[in-house]
Amino acid sequence: MSEQPKFKVTIDNITIEVPAGTTILNAARMIGGDVTPPAMCYYSKLEGSGGKCRTCLVEVSKGSEKDPRPMPKLVASCRTTVMDGMEVKNITSDKVLDARKGVVEMLLINHPLDCPVCDQAGECHLQDLSYEHGASGTRYEFDRRTFEKEDIGEYIQLHMTRCILCYRCVFTADQLTNKREHGILERGDHAEISTLLGKSLDNEFIGNVIDVCPVGALTDKTFRFKNRVWFTKPVDAHRDCPTCSGKVRLWMRGDEVFRVTARKDKWGEVEEWICNDCRFHKKEVKDWVIEGPSRIDRHSVISQGHYVDTVKQPVYIDRVIGKNPKLLLDIHKVSDVNRPDVDLSKIEGPAHSDDFKKNKDN
Amino acid sequence: MKLLLEHAHVEGIRYYDAYRKNGGYRAVEKAFKMTPDEIVEEVKKSGLRGRGGAGFPTGMKWSFLAKPEGIPRHLVCNADESEPGTFKDRYLMEFIPHLLIEGLIVSSFALGSNATYIYIRGEYAWIVDILEQAITEAKNNGWLGKNILNSGFDCEIYVQRGAGAYICGEETALIESLEGKRGNPRIKPPFPAIQGLWMRPTVVNNVETLAAVVPILNMGGEAYSKIGVGRSTGTKLLSVCGNVKKPGIYEIDMTQSVEEFIFSDEYCGGIANGKKLKACIPGGSSVPILPANLLLKTAKGETRYMNYESLSDGGFATGSMMGSGGFIVFDEDQCVVRHTMTLARFYNHESCGQCSPCREGTGWMYKILKNIEYGKGKMSDIDLLWDIQRKIEGNTICPLGDAAAWPVAAAIRHFRDEFEWHVLNPEESQKRNFGLAHYADPIHVPAVG
Repeated sequence: MSEQPKFKVTIDNITIEVPAGTTILNAARMIGGDVTPPAMCYYSKLEGSGGKCRTCLVEVSKGSEKDPRPMPKLVASCRTTVMDGMEVKNITSDKVLDARKGVVEMLLINHPLDCPVCDQAGECHLQDLSYEHGASGTRYEFDRRTFEKEDIGEYIQLHMTRCILCYRCVFTADQLTNKREHGILERGDHAEISTLLGKSLDNEFIGNVIDVCPVGALTDKTFRFKNRVWFTKPVDAHRDCPTCSGKVRLWMRGDEVFRVTARKDKWGEVEEWICNDCRFHKKEVKDWVIEGPSRIDRHSVISQGHYVDTVKQPVYIDRVIGKNPKLLLDIHKVSDVNRPDVDLSKIEGPAHSDDFKKNKDN
Repeated sequence: MKLLLEHAHVEGIRYYDAYRKNGGYRAVEKAFKMTPDEIVEEVKKSGLRGRGGAGFPTGMKWSFLAKPEGIPRHLVCNADESEPGTFKDRYLMEFIPHLLIEGLIVSSFALGSNATYIYIRGEYAWIVDILEQAITEAKNNGWLGKNILNSGFDCEIYVQRGAGAYICGEETALIESLEGKRGNPRIKPPFPAIQGLWMRPTVVNNVETLAAVVPILNMGGEAYSKIGVGRSTGTKLLSVCGNVKKPGIYEIDMTQSVEEFIFSDEYCGGIANGKKLKACIPGGSSVPILPANLLLKTAKGETRYMNYESLSDGGFATGSMMGSGGFIVFDEDQCVVRHTMTLARFYNHESCGQCSPCREGTGWMYKILKNIEYGKGKMSDIDLLWDIQRKIEGNTICPLGDAAAWPVAAAIRHFRDEFEWHVLNPEESQKRNFGLAHYADPIHVPAVG
């Protein structure tokens, strides 16, 4: 078999070689850091997902080596494959940042913003997205659309009001079962996720729709209102499960298991699907073989605090703008607080100014 | 010049006998003496442009069709005519159904489609029966079915009803719907010419486009291309509605000026009830509205003609589009704000809800327009509307987002002071719901008495 050809693609002035057929988003994910466009609907494990949320729009300023014309419109990076010599602008394009801000605003106008009572708060992709790319306020002055809460199955609650219609759960339900029982009713801004004639879903893997949901629309009824995400500690564990791989992440507080989810990678995507039995019924420490603390991705508020094994995102600002940014004042020259050589995640308990005193390390 | 509607008024033209007597199915006879490639070449030569709205050259579209060995190809006729203001396809299918069937047989032969589909709008319930009767008649007379005219070519035509969604007029949404799925547009690429219906190469064409293949075959592509002006070749059906004396279907050869089309007795016959022309949407609800002065003359002061190039002269800043030919005329008493609100409500209702800017933005625009229309608007709402439409346009999967954004953009661009008047005079704007009259055309003042 001949080797797959490699394409050279430049994203925000950083060049990378990727196999032909890679999408722009995946090429950007190989680089990582700020140059990766956010994605609310794309899910690499789900066939056919992506292209809907429009947060991953990028500008293609040079189509390819052969045809250097720029693409006329912004393109969805999750569904556009790279060409050899393609040049993509993400955070270096004002057009992209403006459009993305617009998309975030649109996503939020019908979102209830009930984060204080939402179980997803703290690991919600929409929170991250609006924090990173949104405006500080809204210009929407009308009633938001609301729906009644609905139970789909014994363990899953659908709170349609929070849904951003990314279709991830539809693809999940469709690709894990043979029956088309889970889908979208109505259209436009009154579209809603529903199951066939309100029937409950009894598939063994249906619990995974909770994990793929980027917001708090699908929640685990065994975990609802039990605890906040940032009070629990994620621990990787496994068990010998007859149905699935049994590789899970336990969310514990003390010795108590509050929640079981699948393990997620640094893009917030499930690594391996887990079955309902592991997810909803095995809530005792004795059910599991604990492997150790989980590596936490950026899509969790825990990564902001004191937790070992926090995954740090690479910083590329010097390569994106071609030079090191000129600092008007390096705060570390005049203050010892938050010295960069002190790893906040290594500090036990809340940080104190004493932790940053130079003589303390020695 | 009439090509499609030449025999429209012959009695019984809806039925096979009268249609055949008036030169029907000659194009099929001629086509089966040619090779498929020659027919495609003929259509290319004719310069025929898609009549559904975008105006893409049909011959080009046909030549893009992938032809892999052993995989069937399909031709799909897009009869999901739901654009507000457009009803030309309905007339063709209702009164001269055999013209479409004949065009479909020729096109199917040219493209190698053994199973051809007519995806018809669900609301055209009675036309389904008319088409099915025409198909049966054609079949009984040997124009359809197995081994047509001993050529060895088989073709069946199926009629499929839509379920009442505007979005299914978008070709990839139509294909999804035809496959029995939810009518959400697909993300392109792959284009339908490569992977369309059931992942097979597919061509989707408008009813009028396929009907126009018949005169092209009859008279030859060369002769057809001589009709019309420049790249706007052939004849175009226009469905005229609004405040004109004679609304209805007109077939024009695209050499008329807009002024002639609206005011001459041969066509619309002027504005009804002795009023003045205020504005017009020349190509179906999705295209930008134009005020009277820009409609009759381009920004450079040249006369505007009824063809693809001239109507889009000046881009969206001072021009519009030929679109699907839904010609909507407004007189001085019509309120542009109210009209824009109605359109925004339509697009809000018809957005499929797949991509976020269109799903949320259309509803937002409608709510703001409703506020302005009912005297609850603020000055800043107008700028906000402008910003929302800018963020929808071009950022969506399918052109419905653009179609929702363009009318709002054009209304604000050309009629901004009417919006402001609504904001400043909330009570008066509700009492007399017709906006400002000063845009009305100063030249064509009706004779007093």
